[in-house]
Amino acid sequence: MTFMKLTASAVAIAAVSATAASARDQIQVAGSSTVLPYASIVAEAFGENFDFPTPVVESGGSSAGLKRFCEGVGENTIDIANASRGIKDSEIATCAENGVTDIVEVRIGYDGIVFASDINGNSFEFQPRDWYLALSEKVVVDGALIDNPYTMWNEVNPDLPAQAIQAFVPGTKHGTREVFEDNVILAGCEAVGDFEVYLAAAEGDTEKARKKAAEKACISLRTDGRSVDVDGDYTETLARLISSPEGIGVFGLAFYENNTSLLQVAPMGGVEPSTETIATGEYPVSRPLYFYIKEAHIGVIPGLQEYASFFVSDEIAGPDGPLSEYGLVADPELADTQATVAAAGANN
Amino acid sequence: MSNHTSLYTVSDNVRRRNAVEKRFRFYGLTAIAIGIVALIVLLSSVLSNGSGAFQQTYVTLSVHLPADKLDKQGNRDPEEMKSVSTFGYSPLIRDAVVARADELGWVMPEGMKPKDMGALISKEAAAQLRNFVLANPEVVGTTIEIEMLANGRVDGYMKGRVDREFALLDSNIDVEQLDLVDLLIEGGNLEKRFNWAFLTSPDASGQRPEAAGLGVAILGSAYMMLVVLFLALPIGVAASIYLEEFAPTNKWTDLIEVNISNLAAVPSIVFGILGLAIFINFAGLPQSAPIVGGLVLTLMTLPTIIIATRASLKSVPPSIRDAALGVGASKMQAVFHHVLPLAAPGILTGTIIGLAQALGETAPLLLIGMVAFVKEYPSMPPEGFFDPASALPVQVFNWTQRADAGFVERASGAIIVLLVFLIIMNAVAVLLRRRFERRW
Repeated sequence: MTFMKLTASAVAIAAVSATAASARDQIQVAGSSTVLPYASIVAEAFGENFDFPTPVVESGGSSAGLKRFCEGVGENTIDIANASRGIKDSEIATCAENGVTDIVEVRIGYDGIVFASDINGNSFEFQPRDWYLALSEKVVVDGALIDNPYTMWNEVNPDLPAQAIQAFVPGTKHGTREVFEDNVILAGCEAVGDFEVYLAAAEGDTEKARKKAAEKACISLRTDGRSVDVDGDYTETLARLISSPEGIGVFGLAFYENNTSLLQVAPMGGVEPSTETIATGEYPVSRPLYFYIKEAHIGVIPGLQEYASFFVSDEIAGPDGPLSEYGLVADPELADTQATVAAAGANN
Repeated sequence: MSNHTSLYTVSDNVRRRNAVEKRFRFYGLTAIAIGIVALIVLLSSVLSNGSGAFQQTYVTLSVHLPADKLDKQGNRDPEEMKSVSTFGYSPLIRDAVVARADELGWVMPEGMKPKDMGALISKEAAAQLRNFVLANPEVVGTTIEIEMLANGRVDGYMKGRVDREFALLDSNIDVEQLDLVDLLIEGGNLEKRFNWAFLTSPDASGQRPEAAGLGVAILGSAYMMLVVLFLALPIGVAASIYLEEFAPTNKWTDLIEVNISNLAAVPSIVFGILGLAIFINFAGLPQSAPIVGGLVLTLMTLPTIIIATRASLKSVPPSIRDAALGVGASKMQAVFHHVLPLAAPGILTGTIIGLAQALGETAPLLLIGMVAFVKEYPSMPPEGFFDPASALPVQVFNWTQRADAGFVERASGAIIVLLVFLIIMNAVAVLLRRRFERRW
């Protein structure tokens, strides 16, 4: 029965050390998988340069991260949520219900979304309208809404090569999808003029409701297999592109820059995507990246304030820093963000 | 009737039956062949991708450590010298590369900057140099010879993963940089050797595939296996002994039995949800900790251990129990002195197989925060059980998602390590069974 004794003592030790395990001393971060590479670069450098332990960074998506962020205040909740979109009002409400009231929003920079294809294939030069016509569920032909009849890119736009339409777009759970829909498909829908047709056909009591319905109709993508939702990350999109070289994939700029030996990028609206064109706003498809700090944890979890300040410091998030080198587009208003973070610390 | 013919002439019936048997053998062989081909394809892809992870390129350079930059006060006090961050050390490494290139007669091509030359060394080197200087403050002001990791692309060049054609297209390295690498190889500064650091060092961020290792993941997995072993084995064995030897047969025990078999088939992610709800949200245990991972995997492994233990208890013949009871042993004595030792090899085999299954599990860890970037080693147990850690399969999962192509090699290398652990565990299980199993 030594087994029994062993178990009993093991359980006892575990129980004792559970109570003895005092205040958590490392920062816990969770959220967007787009922000994850940047957050882990910062966490690594933070651990190297400060006496605090290296923060633990989890991914899992912006929504999942914010959900955990809003679970409450205390050591068993995360300190920082990474997000590739702004926090929603509904999430702020959930946070408030659970006692998370003071949330500091920190914008770290911009992420470009690029359209890339196999390096040995045809080169493309897109306009948003090409993507709308190629991928929309229904398009207007001769004044009537019909199921999307296009199968080749040159049918959509005679300047494009004669290649079958096959696109790998981010799945609906990705923050990237929203940007893709708003800045490319919807923009294309409006450019072609189909938006008006949808608006005329839309049902609704108010102008606003009709507009919303028309927007929704614009961004619904065809389901006949020419547009494929990728629910995994960019490595999966890349794997799909390699197995069907006719396809065109939607990637983050950072991912593309690490894989330029496999991919060629297509200009959108006549602009090549690069950190410069995105910073100036010339390249149309980009979005800000954020992280959110729980103010109640500043001063409780050691190093939280220092981590946040370090993240937005010039040597990390500036145009010559490691984040920019990895593909993040530095925020021209970084100084304001630094001031926000400094102010958050001053309150405590 | 055909059975009137001689035994020596093969009747239609027999011929048909023989043909059926032949066909069945053929199907069986085909099935095995398909299995073996799949295994070979899998193993060869993993081995060809991953064997590179066990080799690493190192660069040895003389780095000058100027006192005016690293220790402005001149007190050689590590606390004061901490104010110089790794960003202050990387120019020193860049200068070291430039100096060595000059010595070797390098003519700087058009458009190449000193920064591009410094980029041949891993970003990890600045941290390595800083730690070395802080630990040995007296080296400030001198020139030291130090061995550093080469950048992932340079490492890939040494392993044949990167070539000039690749460099033409790649944005992280160009052909001129590879020319410089060739020069440094001639100069004897580059060396490729076995990569122990892959097994011992912690994970690294997306910019440093060359520095990423499995240290934290192996420790985390080991801690979890310890928790599983110390909880699942006693609980599982106690439950099985009671159910098999002492419990009356009624509808309650039937119900329990059905539930145990059911639990064995529950998808592992469900245990993760349970673990999040009970151990983290209710009991308040920390996130990303091996103790929670271990508890979740214990729940997952218990049914396997109970089923294996009950099977091996059942296989002990009743005559052993009867004989023990016959010479006056109590029921408990009969079980613990006679039945249990005879069933032990079977129990151990079941436990090891259960552990091996738990070792490769990722899904439940996803929900309890173990799928994370963890760079800090957990401390010694028991406190270490509560520190954040990673796990082997989680590390594979994480690395396959990184953008840099260097992580493909790392991920496959991690798969090889995981496979080696699994093979060892399964081999031990087989050996134990061969060595100790009794047949009646």
